[in-house]
Amino acid sequence: MSAVSEVTARYLNLYNDNIDRINGISSPYINSFRQKAFEKFTELGVPTRKNEDYKYTNLNVFFDHDYRSLFMPVEADFAKADEFRCDVADLDAQGIVLLNGFYPTLNGKLHQFPNGVWIGSLNEAAVRFPDLVEKHYGKYAQTDKDGLVHLNTAMASDGVFIYVPEGVVVAQPVQVVNLVHAEEDIFNQHRNLIIVEKNAEFTLIICDHTLSPGKFLTNAVTEAYVGENSHFDLIRVQNEHNTACKITHTFIHQEKNSVASSNNLTLHGGLVRNSTYHNLGGERAESNSYGLFLGDKFQHIDNFVSVVHSSPNCTSNQLFKGVLDDVATGAFNGRILVRPDAQGTLAYQRNNNILLTDDAKMDTKPQLEIYADDVKCSHGATIGQLDDESLFYLQSRGINKREARVMLMFGFAHEVIQNIKIEALRERMDNLVMQRLRGELSRCASCMVKCG
Amino acid sequence: MLVIDNLKVAINGKNILKGISLKIRPGEIHAIMGPNGSGKSTLAAVLAGRELGVVTGGTVTYYGKNLLEMAAEDRAKEGIFLGFQYPIEIPGVSMVNFMKTAVNEHRKHKGLDPLSASDFLKLMREKKELVEIDSKLANRSVNEGFSGGEKKKNEIFQMAMLEPKLAILDETDSGLDIDALRIVANGVNKIKRADNSFIVITHYQRLLDYIVPDVVHVLYDGRIVKTAGKELALELEEKGYDWIKKEVENNILV
Repeated sequence: MSAVSEVTARYLNLYNDNIDRINGISSPYINSFRQKAFEKFTELGVPTRKNEDYKYTNLNVFFDHDYRSLFMPVEADFAKADEFRCDVADLDAQGIVLLNGFYPTLNGKLHQFPNGVWIGSLNEAAVRFPDLVEKHYGKYAQTDKDGLVHLNTAMASDGVFIYVPEGVVVAQPVQVVNLVHAEEDIFNQHRNLIIVEKNAEFTLIICDHTLSPGKFLTNAVTEAYVGENSHFDLIRVQNEHNTACKITHTFIHQEKNSVASSNNLTLHGGLVRNSTYHNLGGERAESNSYGLFLGDKFQHIDNFVSVVHSSPNCTSNQLFKGVLDDVATGAFNGRILVRPDAQGTLAYQRNNNILLTDDAKMDTKPQLEIYADDVKCSHGATIGQLDDESLFYLQSRGINKREARVMLMFGFAHEVIQNIKIEALRERMDNLVMQRLRGELSRCASCMVKCG
Repeated sequence: MLVIDNLKVAINGKNILKGISLKIRPGEIHAIMGPNGSGKSTLAAVLAGRELGVVTGGTVTYYGKNLLEMAAEDRAKEGIFLGFQYPIEIPGVSMVNFMKTAVNEHRKHKGLDPLSASDFLKLMREKKELVEIDSKLANRSVNEGFSGGEKKKNEIFQMAMLEPKLAILDETDSGLDIDALRIVANGVNKIKRADNSFIVITHYQRLLDYIVPDVVHVLYDGRIVKTAGKELALELEEKGYDWIKKEVENNILV
């Protein structure tokens, strides 16, 4: 093993200094993963650009910094979280607000809703539903390459637990709003577990916001299990300020005949890295991985996708689109792995990017590993400017060049947004993207921080 | 309204238009015919403001203004409309949003307030009926997945919405079956008033059965080599372009 880097050493120390406190507030089952994860993190460290999966992203800017780490929720914070209201009109959703990674405990730790769905604190769930948590926790977040997933397993003290029982079709989406609000620079990690049993339907919206202007680092892991014949949609809306770093790792495991989709909409953020892992673990499962990112100034947005076809006759689809302005940079890394038994696989991948300036930069890399014979795979990536002919077409109707450019960029982005099935959210996204493209603030009205 | 005087245009160093002169008065319909590669589409694009090549000589005056100095969008707002030979597909931009933006830009230019949503939809409905365009097309993205005929009808629909003073139709008839051709031509005839003008670029006489031109020009090798009444179109249909090419060559020899 090579010597640990200075940056990694920071987090090893953080672990050693706080592990007793963390163990003290978390459930024994979740604690039982920590030591092994810590060893794995020690081995892998904070990813550097030598790691092929992080080739285009320099994490040191955010990881090599002194943060206050929160392992215990502060009651006063939850009052603040309670005041936060999402203002998306007509969005009929059950809302949960997490402040600095913690589930609000003011009104109890775990609730059952009339439709049978349980929502609450993961720690509490580990105590109340040990069978469920033991069956799924830590089973899908598997990686030999990304030390940050192990850092999360080693130290995250809580997060959201959602359980959708067999046969329950939840018409109303659940919205989790992740707020970061602190006087100091903070580092936070949270851990979510979502279980959607057989023949169920469920939509989860995760909104990432920053409410105060400090330097923030978030490293979040979400594990989702999608049972046989079930539908699961995950929509993540990211709107953080330029000194915030958001790292998410989402692992979606699918059983037979299930359909799952993930949609990462990055409107704003200093450094964003979304890793989305799809495992098609049962026959005839279908997965969709979508992403849209808009970057400007010094922002950097990196999407990493891994789709593993473990079973026959599954379909996967990746569509990621980005618009980069100023000196913003972006990366897309899309991996498709078709295992030997996964005959009849259909796997598609597309990544289209528009660079608005000569200094914006995009790196895109498809990775296909195919070990089965009966497979249909396609991938395509483009990096370009706005199409002159399309611009002229709009201008020839009397639309000025600036407006025509905004319309074209919007049309480009809309291809991703249109996959959102909830109308109110789709309209809000259209509006936010339009504002963002016009150079206006794209923050939601109830947000107090001016992004950018 | 439009005076083109000895217009010369080069694209990538190659002379495409070699001195075109043309005068169009309000209410006139001019047909421009000619073999492939003679410069017809270049002329249409240059008039509409597409930055294709370099104007190496001549002038274009539109209602007393130097047209070549105007941006494409300003030409449109001053009443010039180009019906594209190959209309562009713009995924993600709805026809409604596209036309609303365009119509309101035109209104702003005339010092009018933007149309209300209901007035705008009413206008769309009227114009759709006028040009017999399928009402569902208006809910889709601009030209996306439209058939060739639908795209051309959509050009006529946009023209009806914007009510231009001078419409340049670049081979609007190419690729149309006879029914679509009739719809497109009828659309033009309904939009035609005593004070607006058309330049109809076409290969075939058949469109001119429906849209009757006042003047027919033949463009060949970057020049207008013949100008006559509508009977010229019939003659071209019958005899092709070879006799014109010969005439031109003979003239050069003379």
